[in-house]
Amino acid sequence: MKFADTLQETYEAITGNKARSGLTMLGIVIGIASVIAMVSIGQGAQGTIEQNIQSLGSNLILVTPGAQRSVGVQVSQGRGSARTLTQGDADAIMDSVLGIGAVAPDLSSRYQVTGRGTNTNTQIVGTVASYPEVRNIEIDSGSFISDQHVRALSKVAVIGPTVRDDLFGEGIDPIGQTIRINKLEFKIIGMTKAKGGSGFGSQDDMIFIPLSSAQKFLAGDDYVSTISVKAESPEVMSDVQSQITALLLDRHRISDPALADFSTMNQSDIVASASSITDTLTILLGAIAGISLVVGGIGIMNMMLTTVTERTREIGLRKAIGARRADISFQFLIESVTLTFVGGIIGILLGWLIAFGFSYTGTIQTKVSLNSVLFAFGISAAIGIIFGYYPARRAARLNPIEALRYE
Amino acid sequence: MIEVRDVKKIYKTAEIETHALRGVSFTIHDGEFVAIMGPSGSGKSTLMHILGALDTPTSGTYLLDNHDVSHFSDDELADIRKNKIGFVFQSFNLLPRATVLRNCMLPLMYAGIHAEEREKSAREALKSAGLEESHFFHRSNQLSGGQIQRVAIARALVNNPSLILADEPTGNLDTKTGEIVLGTFQRLNKEKGRTIILITHETDVAEHAERIIHIRDGLIVEDKKSHNRRIAHHHV
Repeated sequence: MKFADTLQETYEAITGNKARSGLTMLGIVIGIASVIAMVSIGQGAQGTIEQNIQSLGSNLILVTPGAQRSVGVQVSQGRGSARTLTQGDADAIMDSVLGIGAVAPDLSSRYQVTGRGTNTNTQIVGTVASYPEVRNIEIDSGSFISDQHVRALSKVAVIGPTVRDDLFGEGIDPIGQTIRINKLEFKIIGMTKAKGGSGFGSQDDMIFIPLSSAQKFLAGDDYVSTISVKAESPEVMSDVQSQITALLLDRHRISDPALADFSTMNQSDIVASASSITDTLTILLGAIAGISLVVGGIGIMNMMLTTVTERTREIGLRKAIGARRADISFQFLIESVTLTFVGGIIGILLGWLIAFGFSYTGTIQTKVSLNSVLFAFGISAAIGIIFGYYPARRAARLNPIEALRYE
Repeated sequence: MIEVRDVKKIYKTAEIETHALRGVSFTIHDGEFVAIMGPSGSGKSTLMHILGALDTPTSGTYLLDNHDVSHFSDDELADIRKNKIGFVFQSFNLLPRATVLRNCMLPLMYAGIHAEEREKSAREALKSAGLEESHFFHRSNQLSGGQIQRVAIARALVNNPSLILADEPTGNLDTKTGEIVLGTFQRLNKEKGRTIILITHETDVAEHAERIIHIRDGLIVEDKKSHNRRIAHHHV
């Protein structure tokens, strides 16, 4: 028997009972569509989070004060606010570590800020001129803090667009205005470009001032809260990270790395830990959707068993006129695979549409990957084979004499 | 040629052994028109199943064109049915959704014959079974009983078999239509030299054959020429 004939027979069998074929297929359509949509939500979330992390800066290594994360007994004394890192450490990294592009120490803390009668509570970042390069910050208008400002302890500030909106209102040029941070007046010399919200604290809701000014006027000491280091390329990141660790251990006179009073965090570490969360989310969503796919598959099996029983006489006739077992089982197998395959294609389109709907309405960013489409395709074909196998085998093994007598 | 030698068939259930055939022997030559006659329970259906390669005997041999079919596997029997046997059933067994032409082409599909050639052979078979071309694209629910049975005869003819087996072909037809069907068999036998075996329990029907084999309780009780052979008027 030729394959084209099998397809013709399948077409006639499926269209011969449109309502039943359609309903059975619907089970697979819903199953595949929900797998595609759910996985696209998971992967979209992953994409959004990774993008947010990338927007912090590229090839970024963060050095923060406090105990290493790996220390077994962790005395919580406010990691990040501990005072162990200094401007000197940042300068030493810049001078002696190989493979780095730029280093920017900063001292960050939240303060109440007033300007023109309104006030807000926001992150004040005392930093140096290289900060925009390291942390991917762009200037919208005016200029960023210069080395001159840092040396001179200038009371100047660069504000984020959210701060501008809060203090002055949207669309107003804030350059030249003054704001009061901790009762001290700062003159606004620039505004950063909007970057959009971020899960790690919006970079639009920040005020940048010279590091020296922050240390002297706001904190009152010489420590820094973070040293951001930009490596030259992704390849050298782990090397740079170990050089920094070695250098700082030496500078802080600590012999046991487990007792280090600072910690270094590689950007890819952050991405990896975030990815592991979203991967779990994706798998969870996919598994829930997978259950409906299995239910759809059982629907296929149920329909095929009914079909085999209904068409017993027909099977008997086909065997009597010379159909081999393989001819019969292949015909029924192709029938169930066709149902799941067509159901799969419609399901992929529907799932895509649902995913697109989520993105379009802005509910959640989704991403339909080629992998998930291929996976869904493979799964639907496999379901056809697995759930079609038993009914097909049953049809093929019918005794032609008994099948012809079947009423 | 068909040679049946001491064929026995025993059906076993948990407790009872049923001896459906107790040792049957006969020979049928090419071009013969034979009726196998007997009441129900005589073993004629069992014999038909064995002759039609739907089943194998418990003991004895069955030679079809010198192939010993007695010990064939399922798929080997299917090949024998595909190439050497054409069936006509009491209940017609046409596929209801398919057209006349497609029903008739079905055996050729399993034989793996090219689609164009299939249609050509099917048209020829339908014509020699006496069906008009205007019905070729009808479905079976648009045809009369006699027409349906002639489609079934055409389907049995289409693979050019060594043997046509007709199991009570007139059982579901009125006398007049039955006569036409029997006439078709007689014509195919006479004009085309087809070997035909007719299984029936009615004497009137059996007498259309040249030779009648009487079977009772699994044994042949009589095997003789039909002395007052009936000739059916096969024209409508």
